[in-house]
This record gives sequence, C-alpha cells and structure tokens, in this order.
Amino acid sequence: MIDFEPKAGPFAHTSNTSSRIMYTVVLTLLPAALMGIYQFGLASLQTILVCSVIAIVTEYLCLKLMGRAANACMDGSALLTGLLLAMSLPATVPMWLAGFGSAFAIIVGKQIYGGLGQNLFNPAMLARVMLLICFPVEMTNWAVPTPIDFSGNQVAVPQGWLQFDGVTAATPLSGLSHEPVSIVAQFLGLGGGSLGETSALLILLGGAVLLYRRIIHWAIPLSFVLGLCVPAAIASLIAPESFSSPLVQLFSGGAMLGAFYIATDLVTSPTSVRGQLIYGGACGALIWLIRSFGNYPEGVAFAVLIVNAASPLIDHYLRPSVFGSKSMARKS
Amino acid sequence: MLNLLSRPFRGGIHPESYKTLTNGSGIDRFFWPRNVFLSLQLRNGATLTPLVKAGDSVTRGQLIASGRNDMVAPLHAPVNGIVTGITPHFSSHPSKVKCDTIIIRANSDRRWGETHPQQNYLALSSEQIIERVREAGIVGLGGAGFPTVVKLQFARKGGAHTLVINGGECEPYLTCDDVAMQEYAPEIIAGVKLLMIASGTKKAIIGVEDNKPNALAQLTSAASEDDAIEVRAAPSIYPMGSERHLIKFLTGAEVPTGGHAGMVGVLVHNIATARAVYQATRFRRPLVSRVITVSGKGIGAPRNVEVPVGTPVNEVIEYCGGVKESTSRLLFGGPMMGQVISSPYIPIDKTVGGILALTDDEVKTREQTECIRCGQCVRACPMGLMPFQMAAYARLSDFSKTEELGVNHCLSCGACSYVCPASLPLVQYFQFAKGSINANRLKAQRSATARALNEERVQRLEREAAAKAAAKAAKAAARKARPARGKVKETEND
Ligand code: SF4
Ligand code: SF4
Repeated sequence: MIDFEPKAGPFAHTSNTSSRIMYTVVLTLLPAALMGIYQFGLASLQTILVCSVIAIVTEYLCLKLMGRAANACMDGSALLTGLLLAMSLPATVPMWLAGFGSAFAIIVGKQIYGGLGQNLFNPAMLARVMLLICFPVEMTNWAVPTPIDFSGNQVAVPQGWLQFDGVTAATPLSGLSHEPVSIVAQFLGLGGGSLGETSALLILLGGAVLLYRRIIHWAIPLSFVLGLCVPAAIASLIAPESFSSPLVQLFSGGAMLGAFYIATDLVTSPTSVRGQLIYGGACGALIWLIRSFGNYPEGVAFAVLIVNAASPLIDHYLRPSVFGSKSMARKS
Repeated sequence: MLNLLSRPFRGGIHPESYKTLTNGSGIDRFFWPRNVFLSLQLRNGATLTPLVKAGDSVTRGQLIASGRNDMVAPLHAPVNGIVTGITPHFSSHPSKVKCDTIIIRANSDRRWGETHPQQNYLALSSEQIIERVREAGIVGLGGAGFPTVVKLQFARKGGAHTLVINGGECEPYLTCDDVAMQEYAPEIIAGVKLLMIASGTKKAIIGVEDNKPNALAQLTSAASEDDAIEVRAAPSIYPMGSERHLIKFLTGAEVPTGGHAGMVGVLVHNIATARAVYQATRFRRPLVSRVITVSGKGIGAPRNVEVPVGTPVNEVIEYCGGVKESTSRLLFGGPMMGQVISSPYIPIDKTVGGILALTDDEVKTREQTECIRCGQCVRACPMGLMPFQMAAYARLSDFSKTEELGVNHCLSCGACSYVCPASLPLVQYFQFAKGSINANRLKAQRSATARALNEERVQRLEREAAAKAAAKAAKAAARKARPARGKVKETEND
C-alpha cells in the first residue's frame, strides 16, 4: 500500500533503537557480572536475578497503573537499572533488601518523574544511596571473595562498621590497609568489593565495546578518569602516606563501573561534548574528594547523584555553538 | 575517533547510500511523455501568464508562459504538440492544491522547434550570458529552484569572488548528478566557465563527494586546461551537499548564522545548473528537460532518465518498470529531505531531482518511543543545534523557546531524525515550529503595520485638526487684525 499522505522526512532511518542500546549495554555488563558470581558464589546470582526481575515487574505495574503501553517494560531499560543496582550491591545482601532497592529505583528513581527519559537521577545509584543510608549494616556486609571453583562453602564476614569498602583485605580506599592487594589483582578483579565492581578489566572491555558501538561517547569516561586521577596523583605525590595512588583509586571500588556505565547513563548525563567533559571531570573529582575527605570511603554513588543534578544546567549552558555563529561574531 | 578528528564539519551522518541501484548504467534518453502538465503557479505562490491558448500547436522550446519579474522563471514547451487546455490540475506542491496548468499533448517529434546558430560562447559578455540564462528560464536544479539569473545578478553586485559548484549529491539513492558528471563533464566545465564570466567570480571550485570516483576523474580531466577551475573530492558525509557545509569544506569560510553564501563572497550553483547554462548560452536551448533518478527497491527497473519538465509521475514510473506491491512511499528527491508525492498524477517540475519508490524495509518506520536523551541527535546535527531540546519545547508549543534554541537555523536535513533510536519525528516538530513562528511573525508584522498605519492616521488627523485650528486661529487673528489694520489705516488716514 502506498501512503500518499504528506509527512515530514526523513524516509530513512538507522536500525538502531533505544531497546537495542539498552540490551547491548546489558550484554556488555554480563562478563563482569559473571565474574562476580564466580567470585562470590551463588548468592550473587540470586541478587542479580532478584534485582532484575523485580525491576521489570515494578516497571510493568507502574506502566499499567499509568495506563501506558505495558510492553515497554521489556525495552531493556528496567532490566539495565536492576542489573546496575545488583552490580553495585554487596554480594550477600538479603533478598528482600535487593528487591526493595530495585523497586525503589524504578518507582522513585524513574516512574515518578514520568518514566523513561525523564528522570533527573540515575535510578540505580539513587536506590543504592537510599539503601546505604537506611540499611547501613546490611549494605556494608562485605563478602570475602571465595571463588566457587575452590570452595563450596561461601564465607561472608559480617562487619559492623560504616565503612564502605573497608572490610576485607582489600581496603586500599580507606587508606588503612595493612596488607594492600596488588594493583594487578585489583585490575583483574581478585580483590573484594561490590558484586560487579571488582574486575576493572572486564568493565573496561565492556566499555570499549560501548565506545566502539558509539553507544557512549568517549568524553565522559575520559574526563571522569582524568578528574579522578589527576588530583589523586598530585595528592599522592605530595603526601604518599595519607593518599592512595591514582591507579589504586581507579581500579578499586566502583570507579571503573562509574566511568563506563553509571556516569555515562544516557538519560542523566549531558548531551553536548563540552558538557560531557565538564560533567565527567566533576564526577571524577568529586569521587576523589569524597573518598579522601568524606565520611564514606566510597563516593561513586554520591558523586554521580550530585553531578546528575547539575546535568540539566550543564546542558542548558553548554550548548554546542551554532554553525556560523563564530564567523558572525567576527563580523560584528 | 580518528575520523572524528578529520571531519570537515561538526556533526553529519553516514546513511546507507543505495547509490549502486542506479549509478552504473548511464542516462536513459529514450523516454517521451504522452502529455505534459505545466503549472502556472510556482511553489512559492507566484503565478505566470500563459502566452498560448487551448488548440494552439506548440514546438519544443517555444515560450508559452512568462512571469512578471526575474523571480518567476518563464516556461517553455518541453515537447512538440498541441495545447489541449489550460485547466486546474495538481501542481508539484504536496498539498494537492490544483492550479491552472497548461496541458500539452505531445507528438513523437523530438526536434527543437527553432535552432539557433552556435555561438562562440566564451566571447559573450557577462550581460549577454545573464540575458540568455534569463530567457532560458533556468532555476537552481539542486532542489531550491531559485532563479539562476537572480543569483548571478546578486553575486555580481555583491562582488563574489569564488564560484562553488555543488556536486555533493549527498542524499542516498540519487545519482543523477553523478551520471551527468560522468557523461557531460566537458559541458559542465564549459557551463562553469560561463557562470564565472557571468558572475564575475575569479575562481571556481567543484566539490564532489569521494564516493563518485568516475565523476571525479571525468571532471578533473575536463577541467585540466583551466587553472581557475579546481575539482576537489569531498568526504562522503551527509549533508555535504548543504551549501554552508560544502563552502566550509572547500573554502574554509563559515557562512554566518542566518546569513547567506554571498556574505563570504561565494556563489553556489549545482552541477546540473551549470550544464543548463551551457546549453542555454551555446545553443539557446531553454530548460525544458532534466535528468532524474528513478530508484528505490519499489521500482521495477531503477535508472537515471532524462524527462521533459511537466511529465506526470505515473508516466515516468510506468516507463521504469512500475512499482512493486511492497512500495510504501513515493518521494520527490532523496529520502532525507525529499517530499511525499501525494498523487501519482502530479507532474515533475524543474526542481525535482528524483522519484523514489521506497518499501517499508527501506523506510524503517517504527513506533515512536520516549526520548532517552542519548545525545545522538546533538552529535549528528550539522548546525550545532540541540534537536531533542527543541523538540521538547516544540511539543509543548513553546515556540519562543524553540526559536531561542535556534530552530530557525535548522536545515531540516533530517540527520537527527535519522539517528534517533527512539524514532522521534524531530524534523516534523521543527517544521511545525517554524511554520508557527513564521505565522506569528507575519501576524505580528501585520498588526505592527496596522498599528503604524493607525498611528499615522491618528497623527494625520491630529495634524489636520491642528492645522485647521491654526488656520481658524489665523483667520480669527486676521479678522481681528483687519479691522485693527483698518483702524490703523483709518487713523493713518486721519
Ligand atoms: S536522538 Fe532521539 S532519543 Fe536521543 S536524545 Fe535525540 S531525540 Fe532523544
Ligand atoms: S534537521 Fe535540523 S536539527 Fe536536525 S540535524 Fe538537521 S539541522 Fe540539525
């Protein structure tokens, strides 16, 4: 059937869709997630499943309630939110906590703002911060990595204090580590930490795929890493005993996940390249500040939320310059 | 990332080109229409006066309608035949309005009605060339359809120094300029020389996208004798054929926002226009036919074909193997900026460069979802705009905000809509916003004029009243003065 009704072009389109973007991101996250399962045992698989399923179910209910097309719950964005939340939780959080966080992420982090594309804050990080504040004990219950290959019984060492990453042997962030884990081990993901944050290598690989597929732009990861490493390098040069080195900063905690997956969240980051440079840089620098001087040894979630809040402002003030506006300025 | 650094301008996209459907087979010159329909109203609303009436027999190239001024190019009979009527018929405008149209039944004779002796065309003066271009009714064949004669005169007055010839043809599918460059390179170069003389430009640069190696080779060899003409390969990136972006790449100059090419001393003409100028000058042949690309997966036998102006779409399509069942859209022009053909009986006019029959598979219409602020559109926009923001405000009908964001600088190139993963009809929002802004401006202008007129009237009335009062006062004074004077006189007399 030929459609003769006039309509504005173009009459050609990429085959790329939002859904495809979301699922690609999910796919590239899977290696790091699998690494988490390998390290922390089946409990982490449970966490991942609970978060993902609850996220999708909550999204479905919200869409139904609001009278929207409910099949949009399968567009991949809810799944991604759930997965990202799971990746940033300690491996052994109770199931109810994971589920609660996931539902919170979808309802308060996303649907309250009006759904996909409207939210100001990264839903997964919002939920993580909420959980950290409301359930500090459970949220800092760090598991010692016990790769399932080697021992069937998983050991979880409950620790009561409020420090974020400072539980297992791998606590380079708190600056108190007696027995520092080698940077190589951290890079490969043999240190402790949240479920999916441990292997910088796998996250880097996933990020490389995203960059290659042009799903994320290089501006945010690059400026993020610089924002984190430059102050860290200066500080550790001046006072090596009280500041950890830039590589330690980069490969520990959620920094890598933050640089490639969280700060780059499409919805909550600025769109122009200039804006992204500022945004990423500010995020990295904030993480370093929070880690070095704040009460929490880890600051990715906080830093991301803070720069999220600034993102609309950045988009407003740092628009790309309109073609020809420079030569116009020269003329006048 | 490397190609990011080497980009000729910011933004731009690489849509699938589909040019191989038609770029290998040359120009088909055997098509001849049964009837031609020549609308007496242009797309911008200007009208022409017919010089023939029903029953007249006309010859190919005969002047049959003329415009009031240079902005309205005259029409010539594209075929030999008989005028069967001047009646309302569809014009090329997508709104399907009918306007008065000269309908000619063609006979099979393809000769020109009048042949003129060939000219030593390079010896002609600027004025003579411009006159020939005016007579021939040449308009920009790249799509805008602006009368060439007006452009040439502007360039002369404005002291343009560089002539840019646009062989970008960056729209997917279209290859009519490509094959014209391959087959008519010497004529194009001659046309370029004529345009240079006519406009007084000292230098010409022909920009051709590097996905047309044969065209580049032909032009380069044809232009090799003339140092003032340079042929340059431009990277294939949409929209390279946009005037501003081609100028930026070829000369480095950036046309100011809201300005035009003349402001940087550049005059831009299309490849096909250059050839038409050559034909008009050397043989005094008016513009009555053009090469168009008939393509798309919905067309039976895609090709480039020379068609007389005024041929209805259905005759051309029939000639090219008809359309397939799966066709979902018929378009004039390319898929990025083309215009929907709203009826198969619409005639092609001088500005149409292609007829496409696209299948769903090619159009990839999908349900629109929510904007995810991915920024793809921002990075694709060649004008440095923020399409998703403009769209959001346009959706809210907040047109002043949309305007502030620069919607008036939008080229409607469609790069943003093309890349949008949420399939948002961004260009549609922008055209809507531009339309509303224009309408508002017109209204404002009109009320401003009305206000000014009214003020003027009030002032005039006041002036008149004042004048009257003054006159009255003067009269009264005179009346008073006269007896006084009389008295004085009397006293004097005394
Ligand atoms: S490309 Fe589409 S989805 Fe992405 S920011 Fe632009 S309008 Fe939104
Ligand atoms: S259509 Fe307008 S807003 Fe969209 S990319 Fe082209 S110039 Fe930019």
